[in-house]
Amino acid sequence: MPDPILSVRDLSIIYQARRGQVQALRKISFDVERGESVALIGESGSGKTTVGLGLMRLLPTTARIIGGSVVYRRQGNGLNPAGRETDVLSLNGGNLRQFRWRECAMVFQSALNALNPVLRVSEHFADTARAHGYLSGQQAALRERSLKLLSMVRLDPDRVWRSFPHELSGGMRQRVLIALALLLEPQLLILDEPTTALDILTQRNIMDVLKELRSKLGFSMLFISHDLALAAELADRVATVYAGKIIEIGDVRTIFRNPYHPYTIGLIKAVPTLTSDRSALVSVPGSPPDLIQLPTGCKFHPRCPLASERCISEEPALTEVKTGHQVACWHWPDSPQALKSYQAELG
Amino acid sequence: MTEPLITLENVKRTFAVKGQTITAVDDINLAIPAGELMCLVGESGCGKTTTGKMIAGLLPTSSGRILYQGRDITKLGRSDWKKYRLGVQMVHQDPYASLNPIQTIFDILAAPLQHHRFTRSETETKQRIRQLLEIVDLTPPDDFLEKYPHQLSGGQRQRVSVARALTVLPEFIVADEAVSMVDVSIRISLLKMFTRLKDEMGVGVLLITHDLALAKYFAWEGRIGVMYLGRMVEIGPAREVVGHPQHPYTQVLLSAIPEADPDVTRAKQRIELRSMDMPSLLRLPSGCTFHPRCPVFAGEVCERVIPLLEKAKWGSEVACHLVHADES
Repeated sequence: MPDPILSVRDLSIIYQARRGQVQALRKISFDVERGESVALIGESGSGKTTVGLGLMRLLPTTARIIGGSVVYRRQGNGLNPAGRETDVLSLNGGNLRQFRWRECAMVFQSALNALNPVLRVSEHFADTARAHGYLSGQQAALRERSLKLLSMVRLDPDRVWRSFPHELSGGMRQRVLIALALLLEPQLLILDEPTTALDILTQRNIMDVLKELRSKLGFSMLFISHDLALAAELADRVATVYAGKIIEIGDVRTIFRNPYHPYTIGLIKAVPTLTSDRSALVSVPGSPPDLIQLPTGCKFHPRCPLASERCISEEPALTEVKTGHQVACWHWPDSPQALKSYQAELG
Repeated sequence: MTEPLITLENVKRTFAVKGQTITAVDDINLAIPAGELMCLVGESGCGKTTTGKMIAGLLPTSSGRILYQGRDITKLGRSDWKKYRLGVQMVHQDPYASLNPIQTIFDILAAPLQHHRFTRSETETKQRIRQLLEIVDLTPPDDFLEKYPHQLSGGQRQRVSVARALTVLPEFIVADEAVSMVDVSIRISLLKMFTRLKDEMGVGVLLITHDLALAKYFAWEGRIGVMYLGRMVEIGPAREVVGHPQHPYTQVLLSAIPEADPDVTRAKQRIELRSMDMPSLLRLPSGCTFHPRCPVFAGEVCERVIPLLEKAKWGSEVACHLVHADES
């Protein structure tokens, strides 16, 4: 029985640029089930960061939500026993502030810039609590919870608590941000490129911390990344985003083992891993589309080796391959096979 | 054996930071033959970029020598120094910062050609630029000549950077994280382009990266060197360094890398470090600098004696007391 904590339907967001309208999201739809971890993977300019900012209602002023809906369904918990459905796009003022951080928190890209350089870590926790009316007047309780979270993200709480951001390494700052995001016990955590720009051992540490926290605290997770290996490691379900739309979605094993969209297939083949066969690696030809002047039809057609007349004129919608696996490609029943013979021809 | 193109002898580099001295690179010995594709890997702060800059002549060494075609670069005369600086080019990490935004691609590529008299006339310059753009797969070249950097994608800009390095017919390119800011879908094609430069023009490349999987792919026929806190801890044929890592640090790094396959990555055996904290360069640990974190730390010898890079199995050289104790 599906029980989504978040349902996004036909969400469309544009940015007003001097050259025209940037179509960042074009009727994107997906669910995050309760307790589930969903990865949105895509390249820069695919619109994946806009999804996160849109959900948190943190879009810059040049952006406009032009359609769609976002429904969040909270479950009763210790803090607030009532379950409730929230129309995220109509929230404002105090309600919006309550939603942010109490219900849904975000760990932003570039941990290096997300903390205020003149505030100690302790003050970040106090500020966040104050802004959202959490544990007001209970300094001791707040401190206790903060220190517990810091040790849960494998930091030395006593040392970090009094530190300024510049005294911490990139990986430590990222873990402070994760602890900070979890302060108000949100049920949904959004992470935008949580490990990008971190060293490999630090990345490993963050991944392990996230896995551990999720099993202890049971929050749902939506993470946004271009790193396929991160998705393979942390996600239950994976959605490939291209030109502001989901073009393939399925459970993590299906997406990595039996992808159907030529772009997903291409992305997986383009990433060198320690175990991958060297000769099997190929780049996806061409570059990501201009979101102001999108190609006609299937937005991937200029880069797709299988593109036909229909791909140029008509955009395919998501179609069910099997339960829980959907793909938006006119050639899907034979795309894996066709790509293989295409590769073979190229030699 | 022919003479290496570039040789590093006991190269050390220190920086003064707030009145203290930090050692960014210490005692690096390396001989790079002409036309080798090599990778230098390590985490941030390990000295890989500093090493690259010293090789390209952008940063002097604090002690030790760098030889270009067997000659100490600090003792080169004016014209030989120029030959060396042209012969070894650098491609920087950030393609958004390394191209002048108010120059067209034509201007960017014409400047070094004309300044160093590689071309003598406007027509010749244009013709050479078209050739260069084709070499780096920016085709048809005429579509790019009048464009500005902001009109190109990250991958295309990085290709322009490479074309610019090629204007002066280098023998060697130091590519510092040259693909890490480029979208994943096109990284492989950039690396293939570097490989082609080697095959077709004999240009050697030192790729500096933090990504061991990428290093394995790129340096397949060449070597991978692994650096930790300024020292080379393991160096050997790429396949062996990845397939049979011998230094505990290399082993930890390899075990930490996630794989793009949900079952493989979740089943992977991890080697845990004894400490997550990277020591500060201001207070480097005594003996083997990896000892406070090393999973196979063996006590006194590691704390006291700096292990030297010595021949080990699989054609690699490793700086670890334990590896060598096993052998003797």
